[in-house]
Amino acid sequence: MSQTALLSPRGSGWITVRDPRLRIVAALLFALVAVSLRHPPALLAAVLFAAALAASAGMRAPDLLRQLLALEGFMLILLITLPFTVPGSPLIAVGPLAASQEGLALAVKILLRANAVVLVLLALVGSLEPVVFGHALARLGVPEKLVHLLLMTIRQIHLLHQEFIRLRQAMRARAFVPHSDRHTWNSYGWLMGMLLVRSLARAQRLLAAMRCRGFQGRLYLLDSTHWRPADTALALGFALFLGGLTTLDRLT
Amino acid sequence: MAHIPDGVLSAPVLIVGGLVSVGLLTVALRRLDYDRLPQTAVLSAAFFVSSLINVPVGPSSVHLLLNGLMGLLLGWTALPALFVALVLQAAFFGYGGILVLGVNTMNMALPALLCALLLAPWMRRVATPRLFWIGAAAGGLGVLMTGVLVALSLGLSGKAFLPAAGVLVVTYLPLALVEAVITGTVVAFLARVAPELLRSPEVSHA
Repeated sequence: MSQTALLSPRGSGWITVRDPRLRIVAALLFALVAVSLRHPPALLAAVLFAAALAASAGMRAPDLLRQLLALEGFMLILLITLPFTVPGSPLIAVGPLAASQEGLALAVKILLRANAVVLVLLALVGSLEPVVFGHALARLGVPEKLVHLLLMTIRQIHLLHQEFIRLRQAMRARAFVPHSDRHTWNSYGWLMGMLLVRSLARAQRLLAAMRCRGFQGRLYLLDSTHWRPADTALALGFALFLGGLTTLDRLT
Repeated sequence: MAHIPDGVLSAPVLIVGGLVSVGLLTVALRRLDYDRLPQTAVLSAAFFVSSLINVPVGPSSVHLLLNGLMGLLLGWTALPALFVALVLQAAFFGYGGILVLGVNTMNMALPALLCALLLAPWMRRVATPRLFWIGAAAGGLGVLMTGVLVALSLGLSGKAFLPAAGVLVVTYLPLALVEAVITGTVVAFLARVAPELLRSPEVSHA
């Protein structure tokens, strides 16, 4: 919540010059393959690849760790409960319950899969300029109306986040410190309500501005992405890698 | 915690979630014309920013889901707005995953739709002092139903996930309470400051 540049791309390096469509499709295919892996060697390879990709895309390790942490709350619940619910050879016993090796193995596999997918997603798609991401989605066949909503929302998130910081600062100036009590929840309710009121006024201005520019019930997407030979090469390399992962998984 | 990560759910659950979400989104997009796009985008951005606020609850803190409130204010339009928020959260914050996007959208959107269809018409009839309770109902219902849907997605993916699903539902209870209070406050606030946001059929076009 500290980031002032919300949704700003954090990537740099070779990955940023590749075609956005390639990056989205590659992330999707990687997720499909990673989720279908069954054995630890291939899963480990996938996670290592994902981490290397994230590092080479110029993502900073503290940022990545903070983002992965959001995932681990969910994972923690699975890690704690799964060993006790999957039948198999007992590892340790807590009272009448016995933790099984198979359950722990399943939990670790899920942990590896989820982290690999998120790392690749952040490295390939999270490093895109949000607007470019929207355009690429449209080129990949996502309905245009949805893409326009996405693009407008991205712009407004930036503006409203600044509005939010302003309102929050005003609260801080009045010595507001959040606690776990009714006063805090009410104050946050009013803050969100005020944000909605301001956004309604903003929407009316936005529509008026669109009408001024001759808006006739249709918007157009203007972008210029060019598929280069290097993109084809990278796509082939990536496909080979995914094929290799699947083969490794079959063999073990 | 409404974002299920990739690699947990079974293929049938993922496919059903994807199909339901695509179906709902298709209907919702058909009801949304370009004239109302700016308003939807701005409100959806406001919800996105609000959901980033750390709300303290007991010793820890939570982020609000706000799907109940979105259902109340946006009606069917809440679905594409929620979907856009989930896509952005997955791609830029790493919440959730790619293949589970359909299931995650369904888990957030169905409660929003329920609030839009059941509570929103009622909200337009009821006297202003009572609006807090409608808001609170929407907030609590949105969170609880999402919790149940998340637990169902887990439970239907394998028997071994049942205890985890139970634990998850319990973690949703304090969130439901806080979200009910805050959503109620927001609705009561809007009733006094900007009643057109609650009443105009253009906004909540359920």
